[in-house]
Amino acid sequence: MALLQISEPGHSPDPHQRRIAVGIDLGTTHSLVAAVRNGVAECLPDGDGRVILPSVVRYLENGGRQIGYAAQAAQAEDPENAIASVKRFMGRGLADIVNREKMPYRFLDKPGMVALQTCAGEKSPVEISAEILVTLRYRAEDTFSADLYGAVITVPAYFDEAQRQATKDAAQLAGINVLRLINEPTAAAIAYGLDNASEGIYAVYDLGGGTFDISILRLTKGVFEVIATGGDSALGGDDYDRALADWMLAKAGMQATGASAKASIKMAARVVKEKLSASDIVTTPIELAGARAAISVRRGDFEAITVDLTARTMSAVRKALRDARLSRDEVKGVVLVGGSTRMPQIQRAVAEFFGREPLTNLNPDEVVAIGAAIQANQLAGNNAAGDLLLLDVIPLSLGIETMGGLVERIVPRNETIPTAKAQDFTTYQDGQTALALHVVQGERDLVQDCRSLARFELRGIPPMVAGAARIRVTFTVDADGLLSVSAKEQTSGVEARIDVKPSYGLSDEQIARMLQESFTTAEQDMKARALAEAQVDAQRMLLATQTALDADGGLLGADERAHIESLMQQLRQIAAASHDAGAIEAATQALAKGTESFAAERMNHSIQMALSGKNVETI
Amino acid sequence: MKLNLQSSDFELFGLPERFEQDRDAIDARWKELQREAHPDRFAAQGAAAQRVAMQWSVRINEAYQRLKEPIKRAAYLCELRGAPISAENNTAMPAQFLVEQMEWREALDDAKGQKDLDALEDQLGRARKQAVQRIARLLDEESDAAAAAQQVRALMFIERFGRDVEARLEQLGQ
Repeated sequence: MALLQISEPGHSPDPHQRRIAVGIDLGTTHSLVAAVRNGVAECLPDGDGRVILPSVVRYLENGGRQIGYAAQAAQAEDPENAIASVKRFMGRGLADIVNREKMPYRFLDKPGMVALQTCAGEKSPVEISAEILVTLRYRAEDTFSADLYGAVITVPAYFDEAQRQATKDAAQLAGINVLRLINEPTAAAIAYGLDNASEGIYAVYDLGGGTFDISILRLTKGVFEVIATGGDSALGGDDYDRALADWMLAKAGMQATGASAKASIKMAARVVKEKLSASDIVTTPIELAGARAAISVRRGDFEAITVDLTARTMSAVRKALRDARLSRDEVKGVVLVGGSTRMPQIQRAVAEFFGREPLTNLNPDEVVAIGAAIQANQLAGNNAAGDLLLLDVIPLSLGIETMGGLVERIVPRNETIPTAKAQDFTTYQDGQTALALHVVQGERDLVQDCRSLARFELRGIPPMVAGAARIRVTFTVDADGLLSVSAKEQTSGVEARIDVKPSYGLSDEQIARMLQESFTTAEQDMKARALAEAQVDAQRMLLATQTALDADGGLLGADERAHIESLMQQLRQIAAASHDAGAIEAATQALAKGTESFAAERMNHSIQMALSGKNVETI
Repeated sequence: MKLNLQSSDFELFGLPERFEQDRDAIDARWKELQREAHPDRFAAQGAAAQRVAMQWSVRINEAYQRLKEPIKRAAYLCELRGAPISAENNTAMPAQFLVEQMEWREALDDAKGQKDLDALEDQLGRARKQAVQRIARLLDEESDAAAAAQQVRALMFIERFGRDVEARLEQLGQ
């Protein structure tokens, strides 16, 4: 749909069509889906009333798969095929994965992103994540008995370009329209309703299963401004489990050999950890390779063996405050997110550092999904009165490789997005006609220490003496934090551009293949569904165009108007007569294309009016 | 006045074209403008609308980044008034300033601990403040953009040196 729908305040042009939009927390250890129902955001339960879906996918010999609790339960017996914490592998190469020798999976070193060998064949982390997402999508569609319009999906604030892109690819694979990727801590702040009452600086401390994030937010009149983010994408509750498991083994004088033994001792450690949040001492039996022992763990023991992990989170907190140029007493409140913040030592460390008790009254497992649902509801246009605006920043600097393997930073970290930045470069050899551009992300000065995002070439530069060409490289980062790069030689106008995804993301063909291979429902169903969707889209497009013509037809010349009206007539006829989803879509597309410049014109006009109006008011 | 993407940062933000500005007013105005133009406001309205909103939103952020930092704001004003900074081709600085720079560098090399670095930071802070005051006077009262550009270049030196001091402080903190 290319046209703006502008309606009288409080009057939706189509009051019966409420769009189903959800928030999805795609977590390392578990995932949730939430939606606003009757004005309240809540997590949606599965058929058994459970809101949490363990982020575990198990592939079976017979080509089937289990997702969630069943897969989680099978981790000990079938560790190679029951994949947990797949989020750690999103957008990562093999070398990026820390502690992989302690994991039971069969990793495959693929260019760009690692893959996993399972009994169902090779699986990319994107495919595995898509299994989780599609499960949540069906849960939402069953709940509402309607198709999903779109979703807001949360990612750690620390996620780089490649990881964000992988998350978006997984959603596409699961058939989900991504309204926006938002940072998990931002979602948590929205869930706490900090946008309503509070003004000031807030810190969100999020210790999940596999990631730690600290975000510093500034809230003013419903505007959320992320002023600094930091953390560690490889530190979370799993590390506490692993440290405790190692300690328990050492104390019992045992060794865990083999994947299944490792998984079962880790699970035992997790149970002990959870119990220690309420008790001072927990005794657990462990049984490995026929040997048995009973191990007692005191809370003090657990805190002592994990004190380094806790300290690592606090040093990231200090760094984020330094980045924000703030002192700890300027922070007005601290929100705790993630199941791991139930550990008393975490709550104590945070309270001591900030000198105030953190906010803990919402369920730390659910806050992120709930905040995402609130944002999704607004982005879908269901909440016209909504006053929430997220002004996000880019988490890591973006730059380009220059001579000698050095990085020239183009977009600095923590800059507000969307943004576009340009920098001029030149050739270094006489007669050079091509320029290789290497886009990287990170804070270090050497290319080898940063993450490589994409390479592309600008060809056809007219031969000139070294240093004479003026090549302007422009980085554009959209509101989701996704990057596109273009390069243009200024004197000749030669141009090249790239949407950054190649080195880590999946190609469109790969996505198409995966879509075909998985999630195929009966063909008949698919056809009926496609036709219904095409009809709805066509009607929506027609209505939007009519509304736009009625409101702003004056912006159009007679020829343009006649052209649009004939496209509308064609679409009406095809939609009424045809059972071919493809033909209806094509006619809808034709109308969308035919009205594109009209839509842009109206939009420009309306923003101009709004901004200029504001101007007059303030002067 | 009708705004467009080519309007100057000051026009866009409805601010007088001068160096002295109220930072709170810039922040407030930025949020007000983003509230009207941010692509999220038009998330349900199709690709063309999104593209236009994105252009405006990018333009507003660009202006905001320039207006809120005194050094960038000063450089922008110099450029608007025909005295671009072009720091890379224009490194000639008064001898007195260069001597001061060298003394600071030596002090940084000789710094033994937190206390020395803190003292150096205080010194830098004073120098920064003086440079900003001079820039304000040159731009807002004496309308001498060329002299202001010289001061902006000096301020850029100071900022760069400040980052080195900060790096040393971070090393100490670890």
